[in-house]
Amino acid sequence: MFTKKKIGMMLGTLMVAASMVLTGCGGSQGAGSGSGSGAGTELSGKVSASGSTALLPLLKPAQEAFQDAHEKVTVNVAGGGSFTGMNQVAEGSVDIGNSDVNLPDEYKDKGLVDHKVVVEPFVFIVDKANKVDNLTKQQVIDILTGKITNWSQVGGADQKITLIHRAKSSGSRATISDVVLKGAAFTDDAVIQDSNGAVRAAIASTPGAIGYVDAPYADDSVKVLKFDGVEFSAQNIIDGKYPIYGYGHMYTKGEPTGAVKAFIDFVMSDEFQNAQVEKLGFIPVSKMKK
Amino acid sequence: MTEAARQKFYDKCGRYLFIASACLMTILIFSIIIFIGRQGLLTFGEVSPLEFFFSAAWDPSAKHFGALSFIMGSLLSTLVAVAIGTPLGLSGAIFLAKVAPDWLKRIMRPACDLYVAIPSVVYGYMGLILLVPILREYLHLPTGFGVMAASLVLAIMIMPTILTISTDALNAVPKALGEASLALGATWWQTIWHVVLPAARPGIMTAIVLAMARAVGETMAVQMLIGNTPQLATSLFMPTATLTSDIVVEMGNTPFGSAWGNALFLMAFVLLILSLGMILLIRKFSQRSVA
Repeated sequence: MFTKKKIGMMLGTLMVAASMVLTGCGGSQGAGSGSGSGAGTELSGKVSASGSTALLPLLKPAQEAFQDAHEKVTVNVAGGGSFTGMNQVAEGSVDIGNSDVNLPDEYKDKGLVDHKVVVEPFVFIVDKANKVDNLTKQQVIDILTGKITNWSQVGGADQKITLIHRAKSSGSRATISDVVLKGAAFTDDAVIQDSNGAVRAAIASTPGAIGYVDAPYADDSVKVLKFDGVEFSAQNIIDGKYPIYGYGHMYTKGEPTGAVKAFIDFVMSDEFQNAQVEKLGFIPVSKMKK
Repeated sequence: MTEAARQKFYDKCGRYLFIASACLMTILIFSIIIFIGRQGLLTFGEVSPLEFFFSAAWDPSAKHFGALSFIMGSLLSTLVAVAIGTPLGLSGAIFLAKVAPDWLKRIMRPACDLYVAIPSVVYGYMGLILLVPILREYLHLPTGFGVMAASLVLAIMIMPTILTISTDALNAVPKALGEASLALGATWWQTIWHVVLPAARPGIMTAIVLAMARAVGETMAVQMLIGNTPQLATSLFMPTATLTSDIVVEMGNTPFGSAWGNALFLMAFVLLILSLGMILLIRKFSQRSVA
C-alpha cells in the first residue's frame, strides 16, 4: 500500500498548495488591515495589490522603498490588468486593486474607495516619415471613427491612414474613448496590438500609421503629434491645456487601515511623488489644478 | 517465498498507480471541458445564440457579442494554411519515402523534427519582422497584417506534421503494390499517383486533419500577424481576428463572470468543439486504415 500512500501524499500536497494559493491573499488582508493601526507602534502585516500593468513600473519602486522603511511589512504587487485588479479587490482577494480606468457601473455598489495616485498622459503618435505635425480634436475623432481615411484630408501626403491601437478591453482605449471620442465608437478597420510597446513598434514600421500610447512609451522611433495645436508636456497638462490623460487609481474595499493605508499614503506622499512619478513619465496628482 | 510476495506486492502497486493516473487524466480533461462549457454557455443568458454565431458586431461595452468574424477568421486562416501546407508537405513526404537516397533521409528526418522545436512566438516574430513588411511593400497593402500573413506562417508550422505522418503512411504501403504497378508498365508517376497515394490515403488524411487541429488552435503566431480587429474578412489581406487571437488579446482585462468574460469562454468552447470534431475525424480515418 506504499504507492497508495504516495498518491495520497501527492494529492494532499496538491490540495494544500491549491488552498494556499486560493486563500493566501484573503488571509493577508486580515493581517494587513488588522494590525499596526495604533499610532506610534511599528507597522506590520502584508499588503497585496494587483491590476494595471501600466502602474507596475511606479509601484515596484514604491514597494521596495516602503519595505525598506517598514521592515515588518511585506508588500506584494502583481499585474493582471485593470479589470482583474478591480475584480479582485471587489471580492476581497487583494487589499488594493490598481486600475487605469474609472470604476465601471457594475462595481459601483461594491463599496470600493477610489485613490487617485498619478496622472497618466497619452499621446497620439505616427511614423517618422509622416509630414503631419498637428491634428485638431475633430480630425482625431474623424480618424478614430473611420470618417477620415487618407492623410491628404488632414494636410498630409496622399496615403491611407492605418489605425493601430489597443483591444476593446484595454484601459488606454477606454481613456481615449472617454476623453477624446466622448462615446462615439472606434472604427473596427484597425490593427490591434496588445501592449503599448507593440503599438509603438507597429506604428514605427508602418507608413501612414497612427495610434496612441502612454506618454512614457513615445520615444525616438515615432513622431508625437500636437493635439489641437498644443504640444504634450507635463506643464501643459498641469495648466489644463493638454486634455488627453487619465488617472491611475488604487481602489480599496472600504476606507483602508493599517499597513494598507500607510502604503497608499506613501505612494501619495510628496517625497515619493516628486522623486519617482515624474521620472517615470507620469505626473503627480498633487500638481493638478482641481 | 518472501521474494515472490514482494514481487506480487510491487505488481499490485504498479497497477494501482496506473489506474490512478488514468483516472486523474480523465477527470482533468472532463473537468476542463465542463468548466469551459458551463462558463461559456452562461453567455446565452444575455446573448442570443443567433447573435453570437451569425453577427459580426463585437462591441462588448455596447452589449454586442457577435463572434462571427472570429469564427470565420479561425476557419479561413486554417483552410488557407492547409491549402498551402498540404501540397508542400505531401510532396516532401513523397520525396522522402520514394525518391530520397538513404543518406539524405537520415539527414532530412531529424531536420524536419527541428521545426517542432521552434516556439510559435519565434515563428510569429519572424513573420512580423520579415513577412508583414514584404507583403506590404510588394502587394502595396496598407498594413500587411491579415489572413494571408497568418496562414503563410501557419503553413510553415503545420508542414512538418503533414510531412512526417504522410511519410510514415507512404512507407507503410506494401512494396508489392508499387512493384506490381511498375511491372504492369505504369510509369513512376502513374504508380505514385494512382497506386501508392490512394493506398496511403487514410494516413495522409490523418496528417491533414492533425495539421488543421494545430492550425486552428495556434495562438501566439496568429495573434502577432492577423491584426486582431473584429471585422469580417472580405479579403485575405485585411486585418481580422480569430477565436484564439481575440481570447488572448482581451482576456487580461476582462472581468471574470461578466457577459464579456463568459463570451470569451464560449469562444474557447467553440474552439474546443472544433478541435474535438477534428480528433473524432482522425479516429474515423485511422480506424479505416486498420480495417
